[in-house]
Order: sequence, then C-alpha cells, then structure tokens
Amino acid sequence: MQDKIKRCGKVLGVNGNMVAVQFTDKVIQNEVAYVVMGDERLKSEVIRVKGSRCDLQVFEDTIGIRIGDKVEFSGELLSVELGPGLLGQVYDGLQNPLSRLAEQHGFFLKRGSYLEALDKEQTWEFTPEVKVGDKLRAGQQVGSVPEKVFKHKIMVPFDLKGTLEVVSIKDKGEYKIHDQMAVLKDEIDKEHVLTMVQNWPVKEPIKAYAEKCKPTEPLISKIRIIDTFVPVAIGGTFCTPGPFGAGKTVLQHLLSRHAEVDIVVVAACGERAGEVVEILEEFPELIDPRTGKSLMERTIIICNTSSMPVAARESSVYTAVTLAEYYRQMGLNVLLLADSTSRWAQAMREMSGRLEEIPGEEAFPAYLESRIASFYERAGLVKLRDGSMGSVTIGGAVSPAGGNFEEPVTQATLKVVGAFHGLSRDRANARKYPAIDPLDSWSKYKSFIDADKVALSISALKRSQDVDQMMKVVGEEGTSIDDFVDYLKGDFFDDVYLQQNAFDKTDEATASERQKYVFDIISEIMDQDFSFDDKDSARKFFQELRQIFINWNSCGFDTDEFKKQEEEIKNKIANA
Amino acid sequence: MQKIYSQIIQIAGDVITVEAEGISYKELAEVKTSRGIALAQVIRLDGNKVYLQVLSGSRGIATNDKVRFLKHPVQVSFSDNLLGRVFTGSGDSRDNGPALRDNMIDIGGPSVNPTKRIVPKNMIRTGIPMIDIFNSLVESQKLPIFSVAGEPYNPLLARIAMQAEVDMIVLGGMGLKHDDYLFFKDTLEEHGALSKSILFVHTASDPTVECLLVPDMCLAVAEQFALQGKKVLVLLTDMTNFCDSLKEIAITMEQIPSNRGYPGDLYSQLASRYEKAVDFSDAGSITVLAVTTMPGDDVTHPVPDNTGYITEGQFYLRDGHIEPFGSLSRLKQQVNGDTRSDHRTIMDRMIQLFADYRETKEKQSMGFQMSSWDKKLLDYGKRFETDLMDLSVNIPLEQALDLGWKILSDIFEPTEIGIKESLAKEYWPKQAA
Repeated sequence: MQDKIKRCGKVLGVNGNMVAVQFTDKVIQNEVAYVVMGDERLKSEVIRVKGSRCDLQVFEDTIGIRIGDKVEFSGELLSVELGPGLLGQVYDGLQNPLSRLAEQHGFFLKRGSYLEALDKEQTWEFTPEVKVGDKLRAGQQVGSVPEKVFKHKIMVPFDLKGTLEVVSIKDKGEYKIHDQMAVLKDEIDKEHVLTMVQNWPVKEPIKAYAEKCKPTEPLISKIRIIDTFVPVAIGGTFCTPGPFGAGKTVLQHLLSRHAEVDIVVVAACGERAGEVVEILEEFPELIDPRTGKSLMERTIIICNTSSMPVAARESSVYTAVTLAEYYRQMGLNVLLLADSTSRWAQAMREMSGRLEEIPGEEAFPAYLESRIASFYERAGLVKLRDGSMGSVTIGGAVSPAGGNFEEPVTQATLKVVGAFHGLSRDRANARKYPAIDPLDSWSKYKSFIDADKVALSISALKRSQDVDQMMKVVGEEGTSIDDFVDYLKGDFFDDVYLQQNAFDKTDEATASERQKYVFDIISEIMDQDFSFDDKDSARKFFQELRQIFINWNSCGFDTDEFKKQEEEIKNKIANA
Repeated sequence: MQKIYSQIIQIAGDVITVEAEGISYKELAEVKTSRGIALAQVIRLDGNKVYLQVLSGSRGIATNDKVRFLKHPVQVSFSDNLLGRVFTGSGDSRDNGPALRDNMIDIGGPSVNPTKRIVPKNMIRTGIPMIDIFNSLVESQKLPIFSVAGEPYNPLLARIAMQAEVDMIVLGGMGLKHDDYLFFKDTLEEHGALSKSILFVHTASDPTVECLLVPDMCLAVAEQFALQGKKVLVLLTDMTNFCDSLKEIAITMEQIPSNRGYPGDLYSQLASRYEKAVDFSDAGSITVLAVTTMPGDDVTHPVPDNTGYITEGQFYLRDGHIEPFGSLSRLKQQVNGDTRSDHRTIMDRMIQLFADYRETKEKQSMGFQMSSWDKKLLDYGKRFETDLMDLSVNIPLEQALDLGWKILSDIFEPTEIGIKESLAKEYWPKQAA
C-alpha cells in the first residue's frame, strides 16, 4: 500500500455543500476526499461520478473554496475507529471527539480540524483469551481489556475471510491501542497484524456473526404504556413519529436512562444542541441501577446538531449504528436511539436537490425508502460465533412535516419497523405524558404482560373513547349510567396507568414486576361492576380513586407507604 | 492585483452571472452601476461562471457594469459604537449616524461546540403569567411567537424586551412595515433602552436580498457581545419574510422546491440561525425571540412547522392572548422546579382543568345540559381567562401563583382536582367556612 501515489483533482464548481471536481486517474464511489484550501483540509465524500468529473458532498462549510483548489482522494470509504475507549465519549457525525476539539479550539467548531477518535496514549490491561495455534474466524475474540464495567473484547477484524490461525499473541499486560497484540495467519498463509483498533466503513453492516435470530424477548423500557401496550423486543426496531412539542425527545431521554440494556448509543441527528447538552450534564450524575456506576459509562453520544454541517448529519446515523454493532459483537445488548431520522432524510433531500436528481414525493429522493429500510435492518438479535447472543435495538424519532403521518419519511419507516409509537398532539396538548396514542399505535412484539388481559384493557379503552365521542353528540344527560361508568373507567385507566409523571423520581420509571402487579389490580377494577346512584357520585368516586392511585404511583415498590396506599385502594373499591 | 470584470452574461431575478477566475465561494463583490455601488455575494461557482446575488436588487444593472471582487465574505463592524444605532440589512447606517467600518467580523460563523454549551438555569421573568407560570422563558432559549397577521405580536415582543432582565437587545426587522420600525424605535427610546440596543432593519420596501442578511448580522454581533460576557436578547420579526426571501432566491437559482415552493434546506437554514442561541460556559448568552407569522393560521405551513422542530417551544398568539394549548417552553422544567414548590403542580393542573373547560364549553354551545361539575368548569374557565390569560395582566410570578390557588379554591374542593395532599395542605387558601 505504501507505493500508492496520492490521487488528486481540481475543483470545478461549488454549490452549497456540493463541490464538483475534475479528476484524471480514477475515483472510487463513496471514497473520502479532502478539499485543500491552504492549511485547511475539508473532509468530503464522493457521491457521484460522471466522465472525468465527480461530485463531492463536503462535510464542512464550503465558504471560501475556489475554482481550481486541489482535491486529494484517500482511497478509503468513510470509516470509524473501533476499539476500547468509545464508551462515555461525545463524537460528532464523523467521530471527532467534541471535548478534545473544545480543548484545542475553544467555543467554536473549527473547520477542517479532525482528531483521532480514540486516545492513543492511554494504556489498557490486556488479557489474552487464545493461544498460539488456535483457529479463529472474523469477529472472534483474541483477548479482552476492561472498559468501564464491561469486558471489551479485542476481536479478529470483521473483514478477514476464512479461518485464521494464531501465530503469536501478547501476554497479559498494559498496552496502548495501536500496539501489536497478535499475529494471525489466514488460509493462504498471509499474516495479519492485530492491534486493539480496527476501522470499519460506516455504511456497511458488520456481519461477523453466526446467524441472525428473531427478536422475541421484550426490552424493558420501564415506560408503562410501551411495555404493556406497544412493547419493543431486544433486537427489534421501533419508531416514534410525532409533531413538534409532542415529547419525542423527552421520551427518548427517558428510554436512554431507564431501558434495561447494556449500552445506549444516542444519535442526536440534526436536532437541538441544547438537548445534547442536557444529556451531557445529566448523565454523569445519574446512577445506573444495574451497575451502580454513572449512566455516562454505558453511553456513547453521536451529536451532529442542526446547525452543524448537513452532510455530516447524514453520516452520523451510520456512525452511530456502526458503533452499536461493534459492541453487539461483544455479546452485549445495545440500544440505538436516533433523534431524528427525518433530519437525516432531509439531509439526503438537500443533497439530492443539489445533484439535480429527479425528485420523488415532497422532493425526497427516490431511494429514500431503501435507505431507511437498510438502516433499520441493521438492528437485530444475533448469535455470535462463540455462541453468545448480542443485539442492536433501533428506535428512531420521526418528525413528520406538519405532524402529518402520511408524509414519505413516516410511511417509509412504518413499513420496516416492528413497533409504532405514534405521539398525538391532542394528548400532548392535554399534558398527557407520554403522549403515545394507545389505540393508534401498534407493536408486533410480545409484552411481558398477559396478552389477553392487555386485549381486554384495550377494548375497555376503545369503549371509553366511543362513549366519549357519543357524549359529544348526545351530551352527558343522554348517556346511560352504565356507559358513563365505562367512560370513567377508561379515563381512570389512562390517568393512572398509561400516563406517567416524568418529574416524579418513582413514577418516571416502572420496573416490570411493579407493572405486572399494578396492572393486575387495575384490570380487576376495570372488570368490576360498580353501581352508582347518579353520574356525579360516579365521577366523584373515580376522581378520589385516581387521587389515591397517583399517590400510590409515587411510593417506592413494596415500601410500607406503598402497602398503606394499596390498602386504601382496596377499601375504596370494597366500599363502592 | 484587483481584476475588474465588465461583462455580465446573465441577469435573472436578483442574481447576476459573470465569468471570472480565482473567485471563492460566498465572497463579496462590488457592482458599479450608473446609480452607485451595489454589493453582491457569490452564491454558486460553476467552472468560470460566478453567480452573485445582488444585495440591493438587480434593477438597473447594465450588462457592462463593472464587477470587482473584494476577497472577503459579508462582514459587519463590531464595537461598542454599534449601541444605539440603526442599520440596514447590509450593515449600512439607517439613522443619520456615521458608517462603521472598523473591526469587521464575518457573519454566519461556525457553530458552537456542543460540549462548550451549558444547560441554561436562569429564568427570564416577563411579568406575563401565561409565560412566567405556564411557559417560563429561559436564558439562551430560542422561541418563536407564532401568530396570525393582525395579532399584536410586535407590541408583545416589545413588551418582553422592555421587561426582560438582559444586558442588551439586538433587534432584527425583516420586511418590517415602516410604522412598526418606528414603533420599536420609539418604544426603546421611551424606556431609555435604545442606548443598549442595536437595530438591523429591513423594511418591506427594501431589496429582498438584504432581508436574508438581517438574522446573520444580528446574530454575529450578538455572538461577539455574548463572548464578552453580555446577556443578549435577540428579537427577530418576522422570520416568515426571511423564509420567503430564501424561497425567492432558491426559485431564481432553479433549485427543486420541496414543499410549497420552499427550498429543501429550509430546515437547515433556519436551524443555523436559531442555534446561535447559546449559554456559553464562562461567558454570556444569546436568547432569541422570533415572530413567525403563520400564513392562513396554518401551523403545518412549512415555515412554522420547520421552526417548531428547531426552537425550544413556541408561544401562540391568538385572539389577542397567548394561547395555553400549543404554547410550550421546552426549557421551563430547567427553571420552574426552583421557583416555588407549587409552581409545577399549579402549571399542570390549571392547564388540564382549562382543557376540560374548553371541552365543556363546546358541549354547552351544542345545547347540552350542564352537570354541576360542568358548571364549576365554566366558572373556572372564565376566571382563568380574565385573571390570568389577558395580556394586560402584569404581575410577578409569585403573585400569579397565589392567584392561581385563589381561583382554584374559590371554585373547587381540593380532592376534586387531583392535587397531592401535601401540597394542598401548604398552599390551599384557608377559607372561613
């Protein structure tokens, strides 16, 4: 590889973040190129080739580029560095560590400044897990280093083919990431040197596993409406479309805090910088109950906020999913939250417009659907080559234009996901959190709560909504007391179970045992026949019951207070 | 070597094309016309063809007018001399003061490293209960005022500007009516705030392209002051005019429109401006309040829609008051937990009850019999509208919260409205009976 001459080109035109380049020798589609402006080198990607002219999307502001400026082609696809030290980091869409950038350049992001994603000076305690002569395949581990609370596996590079034999392996000890850790010999006796780091092109899924399995086990989100009604499976996919102000981001933040997974990758893609800052300030302080360590230790943030260059926004979701896949290869359960995939789609639209491609619906490119589908398809539960299981679960927020779910991005997403959590503006306006519509949303996965009981409560909710609709026409006085009680029941169920108080330490997250326990009690109430003298006394009863329930919801599970409130609920019902 | 080009090969809309070499993207140029010197900015390079948008419009430009490139992008002067002054969208003096040309800075600079931002913690009190209680304004927030044409959005903006505790105000007017421009200027002067204000004003009769520069000018200047540790409030009115100018240029440049003629990058264009709102760690802050008029009162129109996804909430101005539904301050929970222990409960419950009131009112208008609960709700709604919602109400937050409890206790029993017992004990006004 040493003898390769740098291939160069010349800028022919600039239009927004698209630069047309004249080249002489050859170019590779999607390879990384740099536009050289004096001492600034602007990273870009080849996205179209026509004759001796190719178009680049530049990942930076293009101000100041001149016709004739030099362009250097790297010969490599857009890649990320994978190795120990990723956890707890905050990267931009191109995997530049933002805190180190801040140390070098202060308040503002300096154009053309790229830093290595991983700290090359830090040492890690390596423990070999194989011996000379062992036969391995891509993705299998040769050793491990401790990273935060995890055992970070050092694996055979995912792109090596066939069976490889261990020629040498380092002893237990402290090493830096670029030290030579092992040498492997492939089937044609070619030797490969292993370090702790490998590079992987972000747009390629990592496929170094034995098989992809069907996601069945529920992923506990601790959000009642999700876990009970529209559950997500480990290794599954879900989307959260909603108009602005419906609480997409709050929901994603709570998921990132409470979901029972090993690692969370947050891709803040084209959204507000302030929201990322909240995570950055909150997470180091919050304790993960599963590990007893700070939440930041299990989190990676990829942040390409809305004012950062658009092309890097497109790559940020791929960077995020690649990091998620990497940790999946270690047999961990990873949750990737992308907020918002619509911004990513818009980035594609902007570029497509500049390329003057024939537009599809709402000017989105024709390949929108296939890009969205292939992104969600990178989720999955896989059986690794050592027999253990790992998973990537993907949840994408969608920001439909005008809150209208008929638009292309929402529709393309709904085709490929396993669960749909539709947020409703009405519920959000009525300050109902989470604003997931329990009747419109759906999930193809199984809940840990008995399906029959769930079905019953859904029909009760429907019934309640029907009565509510009817009352709008015939009025309360035209409604029979039985119908009215059905309406109240549904309303009560919504208030005390489907809604959660995001500001209450206890109520914001409900563990699975508690969900089961509480759901059983509520199911009983929903099934029970109550007889009231008139509507006012019925309303009063449910209002009071709701009050006790809300107090109950903020008591710790199985505490004395919890039992006391439960007793009160039982009394209340017995005396009805 | 300063080369001058004297052959304009195309004039379309406000965009002219010349053939030139060695030009850099976004560079500024001077066009010498029979009527004076016009500034133009490079917006596209294609081989030796250079497309320039003429800031003052292309009217009167001759094909043999001379174009000279200035080797720098659009800049604005920055110093304390700006305070108390009024400029046009291209940075020229609009009052009769001297032109400022010292310490020029580039506009539309790079974005702030997210790790250098801090979570905003300071509430900006406005004395308007609909804002202070229900949707607190927070330092460094970016918030639009969604409004229909004809609503008093500029007076509201001016009132917030006057009452908010900030170090300085930068006002950007886009497509502003001349009367409105004078209104702002007079209001600022009357309250003695002009000396801490800077105005960049593009009026409806000025050239379109200048409108595009107004937000960048305002924010570039605001950013410099914020870096010096100042708390800056940036007021922009009206961003819909800004977007329409974007649309005009995009169509002229034959870009494929995405939605109702607006360019596909509308979101990114708006975001790069709004995201300048920032609270710097160890420096000042920028808070942005921007009027966005909604054509046809349609919040799904591309401009308010894209704005809503970028900003940290929105205020809806409708029928002369800030509408409680739809209005939202996303940052309120950063501050409303530390004001008073009842703030959040009052905020939530009063709004929920008001929602019930609206529903009941609908039922009433359809002629249904009102239950005793319905009657209570109707009473409540009326009190809420007159005592809290009216825009003329001007009381500090604490007083407004007390008023909230008063309204609730006048009408309801504590158990009826689902307020935690412990809170009700502390705040529920003790009644004689």
